[in-house]
Formats: sequence, structure tokens, C-alpha cells
Amino acid sequence: MSIELVANLSYIVSAALFIFGLKMLGSPATARRGNALSSLGMLLAVIAGLVSSKTVGFEVIGIGILVGAIIGTLAARLVAMTSMPEMVALFNGSGGAASLLVGWGTLYLGSESIGTFTAATIVLAILIGGLTFTGSLIAYGKLSERISSAALVFPLQRVVNSLLLVAIVVCAVLFSLDPSATSVYLYALLGLALLLGIMAVIPIGGADMPVVISLLNSYSGIAACAAGFAVNNNILIVAGALVGASGIILTNIMCKAMNRSLANVLFSGFGATKTAKAVEGEVKPVSVEDAYYILEAASNVCFVPGYGMAVAQAQHVVKELGKILEANGCEVSYAIHPVAGRMPGHMNVLLAEADVPYEQLVEMDDINPRIDNVDVAIVIGANDVVNPSAREDADSPIYGMPIINVDQARTVFVLKRSMASGFSGVDNPLFFGENTRMLFGDAKESISGVIGEFG
Amino acid sequence: MDIVFLTFILVLSVFLGFELISKVPATLHTPLMSGANAISGITLAGAFLAAGATDNTMASWLGGAAVACATVNVIGGYLVTDRMLGMFKSKRGNQS
Repeated sequence: MSIELVANLSYIVSAALFIFGLKMLGSPATARRGNALSSLGMLLAVIAGLVSSKTVGFEVIGIGILVGAIIGTLAARLVAMTSMPEMVALFNGSGGAASLLVGWGTLYLGSESIGTFTAATIVLAILIGGLTFTGSLIAYGKLSERISSAALVFPLQRVVNSLLLVAIVVCAVLFSLDPSATSVYLYALLGLALLLGIMAVIPIGGADMPVVISLLNSYSGIAACAAGFAVNNNILIVAGALVGASGIILTNIMCKAMNRSLANVLFSGFGATKTAKAVEGEVKPVSVEDAYYILEAASNVCFVPGYGMAVAQAQHVVKELGKILEANGCEVSYAIHPVAGRMPGHMNVLLAEADVPYEQLVEMDDINPRIDNVDVAIVIGANDVVNPSAREDADSPIYGMPIINVDQARTVFVLKRSMASGFSGVDNPLFFGENTRMLFGDAKESISGVIGEFG
Repeated sequence: MDIVFLTFILVLSVFLGFELISKVPATLHTPLMSGANAISGITLAGAFLAAGATDNTMASWLGGAAVACATVNVIGGYLVTDRMLGMFKSKRGNQS
């Protein structure tokens, strides 16, 4: 048996392990084992790749693995759960960079000339890899607030971007027709790909980040796919395609949850066209003490967390309050909107970190039909995802977006710092609702206060 | 023929990916994303090809850098996913 055959057989096994691993991610009970299985598949594929690559120099590989392993381990161990979106963005970026480098490095291998098809796949690996790399870095900057998370829009943006795309296509064609490692078009492509990543992400605002992260995730898979075509390796193609598909599905779920098309998220600043009705009315504040009396009497309480909960680091006190309420004979659930937070499932991870059992985490479609049985809905740091104008006001920029209908609960507590509007800048009639009580102040302190009243 | 064969694999994998992922509940979307992300570090298997070429300094530099980047992606991705999934606990039984 040739070594190539053994390697290819190993690839089949690792592909199967990836598939089983992803399948087991379908339930929280098996997910951890699924991840372990998938990592086993990775180990196998990497060993097979190493053995079959007819490698002569192991020094570079050894150093590369050592450096990568140290950085990866430290990053994974040290990151705080609230910073998970940034971390995923960075890992994504490094995957993109790897694909770019593999594509580029392939050009220097072998003396025989490179065919046009291979050249085209190298171009794709470089383009998508580069775009993923810088795009992820910008996303990281925005998520960690190192750069402004607001959408950056400037005049002629679309013209500039169109020119950029044209330049990329021209360079790609010219390079593919005459591929060589010294071609000027190669360097032009490298630069343009990196620039494209920056240009693609800067016009996207903070609250649209779940879409961007999902999309970049998908790109990193597609880049691996392209690299697989470039080096003629089928495990890269299979694994890359699985990741690409997963990213696209998540992107789609996020877009649906915002009732916007992908194009709308990617290319347009938000809410520029329509102006919603200004909302007027009286806001009814509530004191911590009164909040306690209402909660004490409630038999069904539903928490609705948003990004503000992550910012206030309030997940632990929220869980504590939930536990006290349960001990008080109350049914407690946590309703999570698909785009709450900065990445898909962000709130779920935070609440899981605080030891909330996953049975209590419910999706929007599960809670809405029974929301009128909820005595108190507690909105923590969420705004647009509970804004009734999405349902009622056809002129609102967020009209049509599915929301958690907390306004239909018997009582709504909204924990909020001030009366500022959400990311979309849309007024929220919920705050003026007949059954709404505003609990002003830092979410963490307010909840601690209520817990204190119970104690 | 190679191209057709590879494309064949690609198309089937994409369909399989769609089937698999659409069954993952929203609760697990973050771990799914970081787990899938770790899988995209599979580029590592391709990076060896360039990194091991000692007859070409440029290729081995690029390959070495690719190996490092992909390893960050793989190791970091799997570890962080495992850390997150370890936190998801059921109400019954406290097995970690």
C-alpha cells in the first residue's frame, strides 16, 4: 500500500468523524463528545497530511505548530466568556490567513508550470483568505470596541468598492492567464484582497455583527475549500464545505431574525430611508422595592436578555434571582432572540456560564405563543428585539422583524440605564406601555437590589 | 477528471453540511460556530506541503506561517468550544 492511499483512507475516516461531530452538536447532551470526536478527526487528518506531504524539513513545521499551539491554548484558556465573539473573530481571521498563505506558498512548489485552473483556485484561496483575515480583524476591533462599532459610511463608498471589485477581477484574470510567483498581479491581488476585507466590514454596525461573524465563518470554510483545490487535497474540500455551509445557514438565520436581506446588512447603513412615528407617552418608573413585591407574587417569570446584559456582566446575578424565584415556587425561563448579543447564541453561552440549565433557555418561537401566561417579563439590556413597532408600525425601520412579544405579558420590567434608544435608533413604544415598569440604573445593581429584598 | 471528481465531493459535502447544521438548536449556535471554525483550520493539512519544501526558502516561510496560523485556529477553536460546551449543564444530574 502506498503512503498516499493510507493518507486518503485516513481522510475518509476524519471526514466521517467531522460529520459525526457536527451531528452530535445537535443536542447539548452530546455536544461536548461531538466536539472531541471532531478534534480526533482533525488530529488524524493532520497526521495523514504530514506523513503524505513528502516533507523533508520538519524544523519549520515544528516551530509553526509550537508557536500556533501556544498562542491558541493561551487564547482559549484566558478569554472571558463575554469576549467570546471577539475571540471567534480572531480564530476565524487566523484560519483565513492560513488559507491565503497556503495558496501563495503553493506557487513556489514544483518546477512544472501551473495550469490555469490551479491558478484560479490559488487566486480564490488568496482572495477569500485575505478577505476573511482583514475582515475578521476589523470585526474583532469593532466587537472589542477598539475601533468605533458604528457603521462607517463615506461618500462614494459604493463607487470605491465597485472599483475595488473590478480591479480584483482584472488582476485575477491576468494572473490566471500567466501564473507565476513573481507576477505583479499576484502582489496586487494580495493587497486588494486584504483591502477588500477592510472595506467589506467597516460599513457594518455593531448590532449587525452576528451576521458578519457568521458570514466570515463561512468564508473561512470556503477559503479552505479553495486551498484544497489548489493543493489537490480532498479533506480540505470536504471540511471546508461543511464549514462554509454552516456559516451560510447561520447567516441566513440571523438575517431572517432581523427581517433583512443579506445585501441590506452588507451594503446599506441602517434605517436611512424611513422615519418611524415618534412615540409619546408617560414612562412609569418602578423602585427596587416595588419590583420585589411584584416578583414575589409572580408565578411565571421570563427573562429576556440582550447585549446590555453582557456589557453589565449581569448573567450571574440574573441566574441568582432566577434561582430565588424558583425557590419561591415560580416558573422561570429565559427567552432568547436569535440576534440578541453580538454573535449567534451569545446569550445562551453567557447564561450557561452562570449555570442556568439549558432546559430553561427557550427560543423566541417557543415563548411567544405562551407569553400571555407570563406574569413578569424582565427585559435586561435588550431593546430592538422587544420593540412592538416591529409588529405594529409599518413605517418603522425595523417593521417586520420578528420580536419577543413581551408587551403581551402581564407585566414588563425593563432594566435600562436611561431612555436612550437601541442600536437602530428607533423609539420603543414598549417603554410607554400600560403594563411596563422601568427599572432605571445599572442592570447588575438593580437585580442585586431585588435579590437583597428577597434576602 | 481530477477537477470533476473534486467538484463532485464539494457539492455533496455542501449538501451534507446544510442537512447537518440546520438541525443544530439556537442554544448551541456559538459553540457550533467556534467548532466549525476549528474545522476550517484543516488548511493545516495542506500547509505542510509548502512548509516542508526546504529547497525553496520562500515556500517554507509562507508554509511555516500558514502552519502557525492554522494551528492557532485548530487548537484555539477546539479548546474554546470544549470550554463553552462544558458549561452547558442539564437540570438533572450534574455530570460535567
